[in-house]
Amino acid sequence: MLRGHRTWVFDQKPVIVSTGTVGGPFEANGALAEDFDLLHSDLWLREDSYEKAHKVMIEEAAQKAMEKGGIQKEEVQFFLAGDLINQITPTSFASRTIGAPYLGLFGACSTSMEGLALGAAIINAKGAKYVLTGAASHNAAVEKQFRYPTEYGGQKPPTSQWTVTGAGMALLSDTGEGPQVTSATIGRVIDMGLSDPFNMGGAMAPAAVDTITAHLTERNIDPSYYDLIVTGDLGQIGHEVSLDLFKKHGIPIDDSFYSDCGLLIYKSDQPVLAGASGAGCSATVVYGHLLNRMKKGELKRILVVATGALLSPLSFQQKESIPCIAHAVSIEYGGEHSR
Amino acid sequence: MSSKNKKLTPAQQDYQEVQKQREIKRPLLTNCLKAFLTGGLICLIGQVIQNFYIHNFNFTEQTAGNPTVGTLIFISMLLTGFGVYDRIAQFSGAGSAVPVTGFGNAVISAAIEHRTEGFVLGVGGNMFKLAGSVILFGVFSAFVVSIIKTILIMWGGL
Repeated sequence: MLRGHRTWVFDQKPVIVSTGTVGGPFEANGALAEDFDLLHSDLWLREDSYEKAHKVMIEEAAQKAMEKGGIQKEEVQFFLAGDLINQITPTSFASRTIGAPYLGLFGACSTSMEGLALGAAIINAKGAKYVLTGAASHNAAVEKQFRYPTEYGGQKPPTSQWTVTGAGMALLSDTGEGPQVTSATIGRVIDMGLSDPFNMGGAMAPAAVDTITAHLTERNIDPSYYDLIVTGDLGQIGHEVSLDLFKKHGIPIDDSFYSDCGLLIYKSDQPVLAGASGAGCSATVVYGHLLNRMKKGELKRILVVATGALLSPLSFQQKESIPCIAHAVSIEYGGEHSR
Repeated sequence: MSSKNKKLTPAQQDYQEVQKQREIKRPLLTNCLKAFLTGGLICLIGQVIQNFYIHNFNFTEQTAGNPTVGTLIFISMLLTGFGVYDRIAQFSGAGSAVPVTGFGNAVISAAIEHRTEGFVLGVGGNMFKLAGSVILFGVFSAFVVSIIKTILIMWGGL
């Protein structure tokens, strides 16, 4: 299973049997609205706090995934998920409802792939038949915690990103029909000394490049092995900087098969500045849009690199720099290339 | 900046150079112009309100200040509550942050945000989360300035 220093190759080919994705009003107006299972027109989800709304989204996404996978919640053996709120309470509270054995994860916005990699590893080691994994974020709840009150009039710089309101869950199993998780590379924490919380993409790009480079080296494959390499939430600046770094290191990756979930989810006329971010960004785009494209046969092999900025409101007020991480997971469906 | 750079490794410095090339800068000139125009517009509205109080009620130019500020803060509270003020602010920047309406927005947005934690610990405890430092340093600078003024009058014979 271990290949090289930090890459797992899954011989048992764990299958993503089904997924559930939930989005908010801003996502409903976005470019990928068609790919969500459930969209809410109200940011509150008829709850009395944003944090409760956040929890409900996770419950709904998990419910959708189990429903589409045709299993009851009692059959889920492990639930691996997380979010961005203090002590990941929305996820833990949602686990109370789901009732499955639960491992709470925090990898900031990289949580989606952290969960998928660990879930696949558990299935691959025959540690479970069904694992439910995913990540979520809620724009207003996250803004409240990391930045200013939602209605506060502060001008955001053009490098800042918009936190996605959404939850994406995937049900993994050892048998069944669907996209297969073939390998995963676990990221290291990379800190390039950037400390601007309004420019996360620029801080996270080196982590993404490090993990992608390690993945390609340890699996001994060329970037062209993949139809699409997609990062989590680098946004416009991070995306361009990472391309610069690939060029500098002589890795043949270009815009034709390299994209970013944070640039896919919204329309260009939405006021999101440098793009989308948040734990729900990669989770909803991958488990919704990208897996749908794989099922249609448009993509056969993809590498998802979810990026996370491991800061807290306290750490940046104390002038600490932003440590970043990226986890890569490859998903394959339907054999060879589509390109 | 140079002292900060010393702590960075060469690899970090190299990367920050690369990153800087791609970082989108704030459009300073247009931002200043927008701030100037919206800030001016808010002041114009304030002047209209002040004149209204002077002409229609029993206020002088000195005493009309308080009801004018009160009215402006009330308007900014409504705009904040209806979710409009933050949109204006994204356009105007300092233009809507510096006038008293920005202060009102900072207070009321924090109050709305923390309503879910209750009235005492939530609204009461967090209402001045952002505006508190404005009050503290505002009062302190007023104190310093008034001491300087007093000294100048007493000994400088101004």
